[in-house]
Amino acid sequence: MKAYLLYRDRSFDLAGGHPPGEAALVQDLELTTLFAAMAQSDRWVGEVVPRVVLESTADVDTIRYRQEILKDCVRHAEVVRGVYALAVRTIDAERKIYGAVFHYPSSTLHRSIQVMEMLIVALKELRETAEEQVSAFQSDGFRTLFGMLVEELGDSYLETIQYHLKELRFARGVLISARLGEGSKGADYVLRKENPRPARWSARVIETARRAFGGGPPTYSFQLAPRDESGARALGELRDRGINLAANALAQSADHVLSFFAMLRTELAFYVGCLNLLDRTDALGVPYCWPQPFASVERRHAARGLYDVCLALTMGRAVVGNELAARGKTLVIVTGANQGGKSTFLRSVGLAQVMMQCGMFVPAESFETNACERIFTHYKREEDSTMKSGKFDEELSRLSAIVDCLVPNSIVLFNESFASTNEREGSEIARQVVSALTERQIKILFVTHQYDFAQSMHALGDPAYSFLRAERRPDGTRSFKVVEGEPLPTSFGQDLYARIFTEEQANPRVAGAAVS
Amino acid sequence: MSIGLIETDMTLDSSDLRPDRAPVFTPGDEVSASTSGPRRFFSILFVEPKLDSGAASVPVPDYFHDLNLDQIVAGATAGMQEYDLDRIFHERLGTSDAIDYRHEVMRDLEDERILGCVNKFASTMRRVRRRLEQSTKLYFNLQKQRWFLHAAETYCTAVCDLGDGLSSLDPRSRGLRALREYVTGYARSESFTTLHNEIKRIESELGAIRYSLRIKDAGFKLRKYAGERDYGAEVADTFRKFQQGEVKSYLASFADAPDMNHIEAQALEFVALLHPEEFSRLARFVAEHRDFADPILTSFDREVHFYIGYLNYIAPLKKAGLRFCYPRIATSDKEIDCAGGFDLALAAKLTAQKATTVCNDFYLRGPERIIIVSGPNQGGKTTFARMFGQLHHLASIGCPVPGSSARLFLFDSMFSHFEREEDIRNLHGKLQDDLFRIHGILEKSTARSVIVLNEIFNSTTLKDAVFLARKVIERIDGLDCLCVCVTFLDELASLSERTVSMLSTVVPDDPATRTFRVVRRPADGKSYAISIAEKYRLTYQQIKDRLSDEGLPSI
Repeated sequence: MKAYLLYRDRSFDLAGGHPPGEAALVQDLELTTLFAAMAQSDRWVGEVVPRVVLESTADVDTIRYRQEILKDCVRHAEVVRGVYALAVRTIDAERKIYGAVFHYPSSTLHRSIQVMEMLIVALKELRETAEEQVSAFQSDGFRTLFGMLVEELGDSYLETIQYHLKELRFARGVLISARLGEGSKGADYVLRKENPRPARWSARVIETARRAFGGGPPTYSFQLAPRDESGARALGELRDRGINLAANALAQSADHVLSFFAMLRTELAFYVGCLNLLDRTDALGVPYCWPQPFASVERRHAARGLYDVCLALTMGRAVVGNELAARGKTLVIVTGANQGGKSTFLRSVGLAQVMMQCGMFVPAESFETNACERIFTHYKREEDSTMKSGKFDEELSRLSAIVDCLVPNSIVLFNESFASTNEREGSEIARQVVSALTERQIKILFVTHQYDFAQSMHALGDPAYSFLRAERRPDGTRSFKVVEGEPLPTSFGQDLYARIFTEEQANPRVAGAAVS
Repeated sequence: MSIGLIETDMTLDSSDLRPDRAPVFTPGDEVSASTSGPRRFFSILFVEPKLDSGAASVPVPDYFHDLNLDQIVAGATAGMQEYDLDRIFHERLGTSDAIDYRHEVMRDLEDERILGCVNKFASTMRRVRRRLEQSTKLYFNLQKQRWFLHAAETYCTAVCDLGDGLSSLDPRSRGLRALREYVTGYARSESFTTLHNEIKRIESELGAIRYSLRIKDAGFKLRKYAGERDYGAEVADTFRKFQQGEVKSYLASFADAPDMNHIEAQALEFVALLHPEEFSRLARFVAEHRDFADPILTSFDREVHFYIGYLNYIAPLKKAGLRFCYPRIATSDKEIDCAGGFDLALAAKLTAQKATTVCNDFYLRGPERIIIVSGPNQGGKTTFARMFGQLHHLASIGCPVPGSSARLFLFDSMFSHFEREEDIRNLHGKLQDDLFRIHGILEKSTARSVIVLNEIFNSTTLKDAVFLARKVIERIDGLDCLCVCVTFLDELASLSERTVSMLSTVVPDDPATRTFRVVRRPADGKSYAISIAEKYRLTYQQIKDRLSDEGLPSI
């Protein structure tokens, strides 16, 4: 029994490896804000969501599979939250069932019977929900799961289980067969079930008579002397040998059922997280859309009203959205005024990519892009006093680590990279890096104020390159919008200087609000 | 509560396998001697039965420790303590025929197939002993009897396998050919086949027994198994659909000590009551076959480990490319030689550390008797002396010796004198002790002796040392015995036509590097002190250089 709500054909591996560049991605895209909004106060959702989001799939079918399931979740939020709660409750209940410290088969069996009885109740409840809902849900994932529950966990099967749980209490004693092993010690102990008594009345009479007159098979009995404690222990061990396999089978079965609930809890936790986020964005009145994924070999990137959901969550209100039309583009270079929304734009692009690639909706009015095999960010870092090497060294070493992990059709988001050296050198390196990477099928978004670099790339006139610019209104103020436009030789530093030195004291928050 | 149906007294001990406990099977009794009288088999170690029954253990030769022969024996007998092999390694053989007898066996055992066959026999016999011990140690009679049966069954397997194995092979040695005749005759003898058939019958009867226990409350009932179905499998089957992936096992493991608690013993007694015929047959068997093992074969089992131990010990060295040879034995003349010899104990250590062993040659021709080894310290002089002694001892016990070829002297006694470092506190006492010991050696030595002297008289003045050493060498010269003498006194190297000079050597271009090669060459009196000083960077120039680096200490 599998839940299969994240992958069509496999369970999600919560202990799976961490993708390379994960920590930088979380930091640069401020994913912790996203994760916190998804988790709300649910510790388990908080644990699962980052793993699913960061595991990121480039498989279009998987993305669509999850989108369909998530759409079901949105339509039947209460049912889904109810099933999740049942899974959480079941796992908690198991933890509360007392287990012996030493695992003798008898104590294992005793506890497993209790656990299994509890699980049977939970399975029955789950199946009843499935029966009620199977026709209301539309996604492949839920229909398969519910169908499986209805089919596998019929009443007669659950009754069979209950019958065995009763039998395993061994009210009539434990019957074991054995042979003489090495040194004539008992060996190959096998738990046995008494042969059924003859069905016919006449046969039963004959059998009873035979026993009464001593004609039956001879049986020898032994009773422990009172206070024979070592004898009681030895007898207990003999009994344990007999029930060892059955106790193991039952305990393992309980574990299997539990692991089904655990997997259900894990996989649903992701969708519950999505529902939680949707509650927040709905409250803010900001839009979401179902992104259209394309295969990673394609070059697609188009959006309307694309906004930074983390910024919206932090500020508690709607924020500026942007257009993007980069179909067929391998390189997007964003230039323009400082504090003009370049970084926010880059983050919204990265967030949308990440959210789409785990099957989520995207904070935009519409969004399409090719899935990317791997997603990396290379951001300028603040000076770090613990760093032994220089800042430029550090930048290059981080980039080198990224290059180690790149596969074709990955994406790298650069933000003010190579700015820790002078513009001439920084530009030269940026040119070499970007040219090499694009030729190796790496998609690039590069935010820079290095005019030399941006301008020289623009001068190549390659139609696969796209150039955007943070908008500056004729009056010198920023709209925080990013629009198409070739690089301009100044980043409007004077503007900024002028504004900070004239407006800072009057209204410092405005200056800080849109700062990346 | 009485346990056990049979009141046979089962006091057995594992010494029942000792040679003196049982009548010896004689092949001639039942096998017609088809060939021209194969010689009767006594021992894999000795051509003739030994007169003294070896009751007193052979003392460890005095030179064992000095020559590191004790390390070799410890290595060759590691894990074989139960065979009491040390004394075989201590005891020299007196004739070259006795040595040949062992060489033949050793050569046969270098054949993987023959060795495999013998090893299999040995490991099976080890199991026989373990099982007999079990039978002795256990408390309940029904168990003792069964373990005794197991032991006897294992013994039969050992015998049959050895007979079959040797028959399909073609050993060349007198020892193993005689053994083959013996064991195949024995395995066909009526007494053995009767024993074997009886064991098989009882084992199969007992093995077929099945019984059922119903454990309830504070007791159990036992009866014959009546085909009841496997309930554990049924439970596992019911829950199978929940299986996904690996989960942890809850199977308890039970300590399977061979002994029984009284509940198990009670159950066994009930089983015996259900099957009286089978169990009384077992009891009868035990009573009638107390001494089932043949003493000649148990003795072979022990003695053959002398060969196995030594071959195991040198196997990794051979694999590392070192060579061993069966030495020719000189009994009348003293023309000895060895090509590519080495210190076996040192080589074993070096090979374990994946280091290379340096080999050396030597020879003595005509009147030559005494090898004087001088040259730089740490250059392999002592190792050379040890090698010389080891080669002679190993040859005297019939072992292959380190080297690609060798001719060695069959000595009557060997003496060694190595410096004893712990005595260095009292120099006067030490010189006296040295002289006392050397005197003792010279008193006991004959023309057929071998003497190994290492760094004698180091503790006295040069003048005294030259004087005393010269006197000692002259005495040894007079005895006409073989001698190796390691010394820093190169005056000794040219005392007479009987002395031969050998030198430890250095790499010509780099005097600080020693080769560990010892070669036959006149002593040149050159000071080697400077090369040793260079090694430690303590020459005039080096010390100046080291101290010039702005006063910083260098390593």
